[in-house]
Amino acid sequence: MRTTNKVAAAAATSLLAISLAACASDNSAGGDDSNSITIGIKFDQPGIGQQVGSDYKGFDVDVANYVAKALGYDKVTFKESPSAQRETLLQSGQVKMVIASYSITDERKQKVSFAGPYLIAGQDLLVRADDNSITGPDSLNGKKLCSVTGSTSAATVKEKFADKVQLQEYDTYSKCVDPIINGTLDAMTTDNTILAGYAAQEQYKGKLKVVGKPFTEENYGIGIKKGDTELCNKIDDALDKMVDDGSWQKALDNNFGPADFKPDASKNPPKHIPCT
Amino acid sequence: MGELADLITRYHVLLAFWMTVRLTTISALGALIIGTIVAVCRVSPVGVLRWFGAAYVNVIRNTPLTLIVFFFAFGVLNTLSISLADPHSPTSIADNNFRWGVVALSVYHASFVAESLRSGVNTVPLGQAEAARAIGLSFVPSLTEVILPQAFRGAIAPLGNTLVALTKNSTVVSTIGVAEIAYQMKNMIEFSPHLLYAIFLLVAICFVVLTLPVGAFFTYLSRRVAVQR
Repeated sequence: MRTTNKVAAAAATSLLAISLAACASDNSAGGDDSNSITIGIKFDQPGIGQQVGSDYKGFDVDVANYVAKALGYDKVTFKESPSAQRETLLQSGQVKMVIASYSITDERKQKVSFAGPYLIAGQDLLVRADDNSITGPDSLNGKKLCSVTGSTSAATVKEKFADKVQLQEYDTYSKCVDPIINGTLDAMTTDNTILAGYAAQEQYKGKLKVVGKPFTEENYGIGIKKGDTELCNKIDDALDKMVDDGSWQKALDNNFGPADFKPDASKNPPKHIPCT
Repeated sequence: MGELADLITRYHVLLAFWMTVRLTTISALGALIIGTIVAVCRVSPVGVLRWFGAAYVNVIRNTPLTLIVFFFAFGVLNTLSISLADPHSPTSIADNNFRWGVVALSVYHASFVAESLRSGVNTVPLGQAEAARAIGLSFVPSLTEVILPQAFRGAIAPLGNTLVALTKNSTVVSTIGVAEIAYQMKNMIEFSPHLLYAIFLLVAICFVVLTLPVGAFFTYLSRRVAVQR
């Protein structure tokens, strides 16, 4: 009986030690060695940041890889950062940067700092390819619009068009697509970059189109820990280099080319906002 | 404290709270009705009905609620186009989401209600049923006059547990866009991220206000109406 207790105690102690060790490695931002960096991206947005098998694809992923390399890191670990968790992930140091279609807003600046922007997108509409009745946000009278709970796009629509359209909100954008194709809903709204990603997907080709009249301006920035101006300046330099050597344009063509989507040329590539 | 008050007015927290209360009460009624029917099936002398009751409980109870909600929202509403609201009304989306959400919650929790009631039926001594038969009552009257009234009294405590679980599970329908507390919580986190912990506290308080009294009431009621044997 005694031996059993001792064995159990030893086992419990070693388990505790293992779990503590696991905690320790989780807490150090950017992994164990100094040459690796953890970056938060979206895992479920085609064209922006999407997990494909064990690999990641999208414009944000290309930007992340380029910036990490320019900052001198050889290894990039990606971590999923859903919209609602982006600030927390940065503040707790679980990720060094967040590059996840992260619009720069004053509310967010209270908690985190932004480098960039690296792309200026705008809110637009995605409709069935054969639907010509929707030409912009003004023609949404009596239509059924889809968006995501807790997103700026849903809020914009509610403020500007709430009395004219019905709004369906799901927890992810992917859920909006099928109801639009089979006609239960008429349109989906969010940033044109994300919409273009859906329109370009193999299974939806020819069934969906982006209206192409953006009605807001979204500045995609790179979120970092609040007040880290040194890192912010370094990232801005890396972004400049990315535009200058043509990698920025290449990434844009690779990710949005199939959807025939081009961001507003008068605003892109964007000028940086000063680091604070 | 001022920030908390600001959150409540800016995000219509009271309206969302009311939505949670409505979802819970209507679904609880629905679940009670369906659950009673299923429980009666399970104890009935007809083999097919017993089989149906057991199948219902086993299938529904072992399916995640999220899946059931999506089945009604996407399978029934979007694909089969079975609408529970006038499609031309200006609030058809919100109405449909709410009504199908209630259906999903009712169907899911009915399996737990049925099991609670069956456990209640098992607390009724066999002699009661035999006595009912002896005075000439057939299955239905002996069930409704003798067995079920005692079974409900014995099942009060587990039914209370189910109601508390239902209150909390109502957050799942926020995924199909019903504007209840969890839905507003997502909005609050998105647009007021600097108040993260205040938001969690607020939502937690909303649920404690609902569930604690319900739990206490059912504990009291189960003692009060317990059949003395």
